[in-house]
Amino acid sequence: MNARERVLSAVRSATHGAGDPDIVRQYRTELDPTELGEHSDIVDLFVERVDDYRAEVHVIASSELALRLGQILGEHKVRSLVVPADIDARWLSTTHARLVRDAPDVTAAQLDEVDAVVTGCAVAVAVTGTIVLDGGPIQGRRIISLVPDLHVCVVPVSAIVGSVPEAVGRLDGTRPLTWISGPSATSDIELDRVEGVHGPRTLVVLVVR
Amino acid sequence: MSSRQLSRTDHVGLHPKPGEAFLGMPPFPQAAHVALGDDQLRRNLGHATSTIRTKRLRAVGEVPDWEELRLAGASIKDHTLANLDRYLIEFEAAATAAGATVHWAADAEEACAIGVAIARSHNTSEVVKVKSMATQEIELNEALAAAGIDAWETDLAELIVQLGGDTPSHFLVPAIHRNRNEIADIFRDRMAEVGRPAPDDLTAEPRRLAEAARLHLREKFLRAKVAFSGANFAVAETGTLVVVESEGNGRMCLTLPEVLVSVVGIEKIVPSFADLEVFLQLLPRSSTAERMNPYTTMWTGVTPGDGPQEVHVILLDNGRTRALADRVGRQALRCIRCSACLNVCPVYERVGGHAYGSVYPGPIGAILNPLLHGVSDPHDAALPFASSLCGACYEACPVAIDIPTVLIEQRAEAVREKAGHPGPPDPERLGMQAAGWAFGKAQRLNRLQRLAARFRGVASRIRWLPGLLGGWTRYRAMPEIPQESFRRWWSERGSGRSGLDTVDASADLLDQRRSSSERSQRPPQRRSSTEQGQPPPQRRSSSERSERVETSEETEQ
Amino acid sequence: MRVSLFITCLADTLFPDVGRATVAVLERLGCTVDFPEAQTCCGQMHMNTGYPAIAGDLVRGFAQTFADAEAVVMPSGSCAAMLRHHAHNVAPGAAVPPLYELSEFLVDVLGVTDVGARFPHTVTYHPTCHSSRLLGVGDRPYRLLQHVEGLNLVELPAAEQCCGFGGTFAIKNADTSGAMGVDKIRSARSTGADYLCASDASCLMHMKGVIDKEDRGHRSPARSLRTVHLAEILASR
Repeated sequence: MNARERVLSAVRSATHGAGDPDIVRQYRTELDPTELGEHSDIVDLFVERVDDYRAEVHVIASSELALRLGQILGEHKVRSLVVPADIDARWLSTTHARLVRDAPDVTAAQLDEVDAVVTGCAVAVAVTGTIVLDGGPIQGRRIISLVPDLHVCVVPVSAIVGSVPEAVGRLDGTRPLTWISGPSATSDIELDRVEGVHGPRTLVVLVVR
Repeated sequence: MSSRQLSRTDHVGLHPKPGEAFLGMPPFPQAAHVALGDDQLRRNLGHATSTIRTKRLRAVGEVPDWEELRLAGASIKDHTLANLDRYLIEFEAAATAAGATVHWAADAEEACAIGVAIARSHNTSEVVKVKSMATQEIELNEALAAAGIDAWETDLAELIVQLGGDTPSHFLVPAIHRNRNEIADIFRDRMAEVGRPAPDDLTAEPRRLAEAARLHLREKFLRAKVAFSGANFAVAETGTLVVVESEGNGRMCLTLPEVLVSVVGIEKIVPSFADLEVFLQLLPRSSTAERMNPYTTMWTGVTPGDGPQEVHVILLDNGRTRALADRVGRQALRCIRCSACLNVCPVYERVGGHAYGSVYPGPIGAILNPLLHGVSDPHDAALPFASSLCGACYEACPVAIDIPTVLIEQRAEAVREKAGHPGPPDPERLGMQAAGWAFGKAQRLNRLQRLAARFRGVASRIRWLPGLLGGWTRYRAMPEIPQESFRRWWSERGSGRSGLDTVDASADLLDQRRSSSERSQRPPQRRSSTEQGQPPPQRRSSSERSERVETSEETEQ
Repeated sequence: MRVSLFITCLADTLFPDVGRATVAVLERLGCTVDFPEAQTCCGQMHMNTGYPAIAGDLVRGFAQTFADAEAVVMPSGSCAAMLRHHAHNVAPGAAVPPLYELSEFLVDVLGVTDVGARFPHTVTYHPTCHSSRLLGVGDRPYRLLQHVEGLNLVELPAAEQCCGFGGTFAIKNADTSGAMGVDKIRSARSTGADYLCASDASCLMHMKGVIDKEDRGHRSPARSLRTVHLAEILASR
């Protein structure tokens, strides 16, 4: 018997007579109104929760996007910027940074020299302040939002849902997914939470109404 | 790795050794004894666990349907475990269709052999690793080292542990036994040996230490061809693996190298992608006590042009089927490795993880180890007893594992195992049988109580007990043996009496609760008789005085 | 109403005052208390030490002894938890009668929180583990204590932490048990209370043992922390 057969055979004899327990799903799939608290809507809640992770978050109108993006990149002294290949060129109209367009031949070593990345997202979760990338439109390969030290993420309000179940429901599980909740952090040193280890140490979220 | 740096635990006599069965530790009671003497460890642990306990309560308190989520998490796992063969096959098919190669390993040796073979096939002298308890369990690093391949831990705490040459003591914060100064020393002394040295101006400030780790590991992330990981969840429906992390080293290892090998315990399977909606709520709030951890990566086989183009999954048994076969213990396999149980455990808080001698310490470790291995090894056999059965773990567990019940069941296993061995009569067994006999009939108990009462004077002077019973007197005074048992008092109460005369509680209690130090300076006081008019019981010695008790004016009907 | 008392092997043997006090309270509140003399032990110690067969015999003995009981009351959270939650594991099918820990009985069945007691001292209460976690007695003991005349109830820091008794754990892992006990007593002493109260004589025995051993080391123990069972306070007038 090969290992597969041995393991499966052991599993079967172990679970013989185990029955078929039912799965009990009585949990909420949507946000409870109480979870909104004093927030006017889930966008407001999302903003607060992102801010809680010490990520920088701004709420802007779509007409301001290019301008604000240029300002933010300027404030963070971004000289080089990697962007997904399908990024809307208008977003970059006020940016003076050297642009690196995501492509299969752009290496990790090259990205290590790039100051920042701009992406969109697939979905965002208000209650946990989370952004999810799935490699879809305006996101690029996972590597581009990992290696540079500053990640600017554009979140249209239409991408924001209230709860984790709603987000999971909107995602295709077979795509490469990255759930991002604030900048990287560790509590490994005396349980003292320290931001910024390996992922982008600065996360800027632009919520676009 | 060259010679091991002397760790603080060396000075107190604990020598956790990676790569040795039970890390070279003595069984729990002895290991605990040593650990309890380490004041610094206790302070670190006490501070750390109490901090995170408070945070966890807050994080969980925010969720209005927490109990429903726990129930869902437990039932999803139970359903999966009961149908595990079907779901494993489904996972294999889905992952394979997505471009992964799925391997099976019945034990640690097989799993390591597969991992080493894959690494070797790429002619690499080094691999990077995301923190994975499964890979620690199988001792993968040691197997790779034996094949001449360096395995760089990239999780900050695992890096600290690796450079410091000891073993993890907590599964969420593995270096909790190290304070910041020790970490700074380890970085200064050891980083240069294996890569980029620590900065010259390194201080013990956590921010600076994290920065040093970032710089040291960056070059390894960028050049590594092969990465090893575990997985928090494996989705049968889609063949997806999930890694939940904070620092970004997971993302680095899971995305940058060409080859990714994930060692996944067979109990990590969940049926469908939608089930993650439950566990992604339960895990972060229970482990780091956050609404969501910074990064969660989900990948399914190979995505052309994005991430590793050669993906392996090693499905690992290594004792899990043994646990699965245990009807009561099976629930331990629900574990999602959050470590909430460690943080609420009063035993763990005081002795730390090394005393458990396993990659799985704390309450969950106390049941998982005997379930995975059986109880023939004295270390495994001791673990179920490393608990006062307080139940705090069960309360905190996000998948509602009834750890106390499993502990009790494993204790019975350990006792049965011990009884099966020939040898001199076991004092504990004899004691339990004697007690069972005494409790078997009320008359026996009654007689023994009367007998004991005769020796109460002698007993009151006992300061030390021999053997196992000496454990009591090391920390506690002996309880006093009363003049008469309750049942004796009841039987002498008589049917004509109208009930218990209430006593002036203050005087009575203050008198009777005098501390033993006062008692030893004065002759023993007799317990008050509450029956008015009844002659005082026979005096034991002339030095005893009977105590008259004030009875209240009202007597109860 | 008719109440059958299960005194528990420990209180019967070492803490009869707890029994006397329990009877006093119940009778004061109008119950007729009987004491089936065939009773011995609930089996908890044996089950927890890994001897389920003996525990099963003891549970069956309990069931038989109390077969005719309307309500069994016991001054012990751990024994009630054993009989309510674990009995079926060691004695499947044993018919266990309706049973209550004392504070449960007073509050839920008799519907009282003021039992007419007087105990003019400062008291801190330790919610023992089986009572709070397994039985879920919640705030019942606190409500009873709050209605005791003259009693000043002060909060115990880290109350939810186990005292460290744990049955034979106290012996088999004495060092850890002792460390937990020392921490619990330090916590209790920090309240300045005169009395440390709990609903389990077993935990009280361990805590008193720690106190007495600590006090013994002092020539004149000014630290006057005493232990007292909930029943004893409630019986006081």
